[in-house]
Amino acid sequence: MEQINYTDQGRFCSGHVACGGCAEAVALRVILNIVGPNAVAVVAPSCTAVICGAWPGSSVKIPVFHTTLESCAASASGVKRALVKQGKDDTLVLGLAGDGGTYDIGLQALSSAAERNEDILYICFDNEGYMNTGGQKSSSTPLNAATGSTPTGKATRKKNIIDILAAHRIPYIATASPSDINDMAAKLKKAISLRGTKFLSILIPCLPGWGIADDSAVKVARLAVDSGAFPLFEIEDGVRVSMKPRDNPLPVAPYLKLQKRYLHLTDADLEEIQANVDSDWQRIQQRADQS
Amino acid sequence: MNTAFRNQNFQLLSGNHAVAIGAKLANPDVSPVYPITPQTPILEKMIELQSQGELETEIITPESEHSALAASISASLTGARVFTATSSQGLLLMHELLHYAVGARSSIVMFNVNRTVASPWGFWPDQLDSLAQRDTGWIQLYSETPQESLDTVIQAFAIAESARLPVMINHDAFYVSHAVEPVEVPDQSVVDDFLSPFQPPIKLDPEIGRSFGAPIAQQTWNESRRDLAEVMSGIGELVTSTGRQWDEMTGRRNHGMLESYRLEDAEVVIATMGSMCGTVRDAVDSLRNQGVAAGLLKVRLFRPLPAAALREILAEMQCVIVLDRNYSAGTGGILHQELKGVLYGLDSTPKIHGLLAGVGGTSVSSEKIQQLVTSYKDAAFSLEPVWVE
Repeated sequence: MEQINYTDQGRFCSGHVACGGCAEAVALRVILNIVGPNAVAVVAPSCTAVICGAWPGSSVKIPVFHTTLESCAASASGVKRALVKQGKDDTLVLGLAGDGGTYDIGLQALSSAAERNEDILYICFDNEGYMNTGGQKSSSTPLNAATGSTPTGKATRKKNIIDILAAHRIPYIATASPSDINDMAAKLKKAISLRGTKFLSILIPCLPGWGIADDSAVKVARLAVDSGAFPLFEIEDGVRVSMKPRDNPLPVAPYLKLQKRYLHLTDADLEEIQANVDSDWQRIQQRADQS
Repeated sequence: MNTAFRNQNFQLLSGNHAVAIGAKLANPDVSPVYPITPQTPILEKMIELQSQGELETEIITPESEHSALAASISASLTGARVFTATSSQGLLLMHELLHYAVGARSSIVMFNVNRTVASPWGFWPDQLDSLAQRDTGWIQLYSETPQESLDTVIQAFAIAESARLPVMINHDAFYVSHAVEPVEVPDQSVVDDFLSPFQPPIKLDPEIGRSFGAPIAQQTWNESRRDLAEVMSGIGELVTSTGRQWDEMTGRRNHGMLESYRLEDAEVVIATMGSMCGTVRDAVDSLRNQGVAAGLLKVRLFRPLPAAALREILAEMQCVIVLDRNYSAGTGGILHQELKGVLYGLDSTPKIHGLLAGVGGTSVSSEKIQQLVTSYKDAAFSLEPVWVE
């Protein structure tokens, strides 16, 4: 196991209202540590908006503009362009949204910002559903996962947001996980060093939404990564893919069996999910090999 | 060409190009824009001026009017001067963010070209698109001519940035947006003297560290609307003083909340907004020649509604004929509804007739208006709106 290389800069405050044990708080802490003080965050309604806190408090030591659910990328574009025009080109503008605000209602604005290659860092906290409203399916919800709006399991697969963004040929796309803090920090640093639209998708196992133990978020995230259910990889300019080769891949079953949303899975369901994970992995690995 | 025309910088401009030149003179920092007929010439002219180096602004070309307004709001909150433009369906798509822009106290100037709202599709002058946004809290001004549109855009920046509220200026599709008239373009130095730099006390800036729009509890939310009400109560005076200052600097006239034309001894007043005012002026002159004491009340500021000023003028009248180029299904003309409300509680109220005239862009001639005045000036009050054929 690698040692976490991390010195907290105190930019994420205690007293925030994330669920006890939520991995998004871990991710936010790392993000704020890396981006430093010269940043503005645009936050769509989401768990992130709640964690940032209600007026007059704030758990994050950068200014936050709370925007509407579908507008994160557009609002972030407005902030960045306005700061540039006022000579504050060095201020980093973050867009922070959940998967509902990214895969679903915010996709139109995100696609447009990516097409314009706006100089923003957009981070999606992907907990695979509308967890802040009590756990309904989004287009990020995986096949067969039970949610409030898919009580018998979702009939369709998770939308491939990464390939959609890669098709925009933006400078940088990466996936990250709270189980791999050094990797997340390195990807954030790389994203910040580049101009244009950067997109980071961070897996956030949702304690109530996925039905997992309060102390298991990081463990579940690690199983998602190690089984290949959530591969960690990067895409530069929409084409150059890099991913570490997988030495001893775990099966997906131990990852799924920790989650109540998959309690109803049959053996056949498990086999189908395993086959999907394997083929997705191979497809990414082939692209990495060709890059 | 007469002397006055030679001595000033008159250009032949469409209403939309007058808007773009007015916006350019105000030097907006950021201009998010999305095309829609019949607004598009504003967008194209702005980008043409920018590409020629005559205008330094960050043009953002997003995928929708919704995103254009989203970018406008956040840009404004950083302390940038922001201009955008839209029409009809685009304005309706913005609806959620129209409310947001007001609550966030952004200082956006937006030009809306009044156009019919689908379905069915149409591209004609009709004011329902903006009037349907009357509860959003945007300051709304209605313009009659290309000259007024140019002048009002410049004034709107002063109003928006002083009040920290967004301003929507409206002119009618084609009748104003595409009609070409001689327009006097003020010198840049006049506009620079008129407009102070936009320096909001609180803005989105890492050096200030303040956040915007976080969730708040009931009492604080309630107070945010009381703050809004207090600002709204001063907008009429702000619009009046801003218009007066502009008029003093440019020698122009009538940039107040309302404009009265030949109302001094009038027995019947025709109240309306936008391009219809021009036709009514002509009708009033003809009626006066026929011995009918008619006058025009032009409503320039619709939101906030200048209720006290309207009441003072209308209380003196015997008959008010409201021409509404909009139809709010289930009630009738929106200006008619508003003016009826203004008159309530007076000891003696004038008769007030609501005529749906020009809905969907149908032509309403001066002769037609003269006939309407003759027909309705002595007619009994009718609760129901009347469709004008």
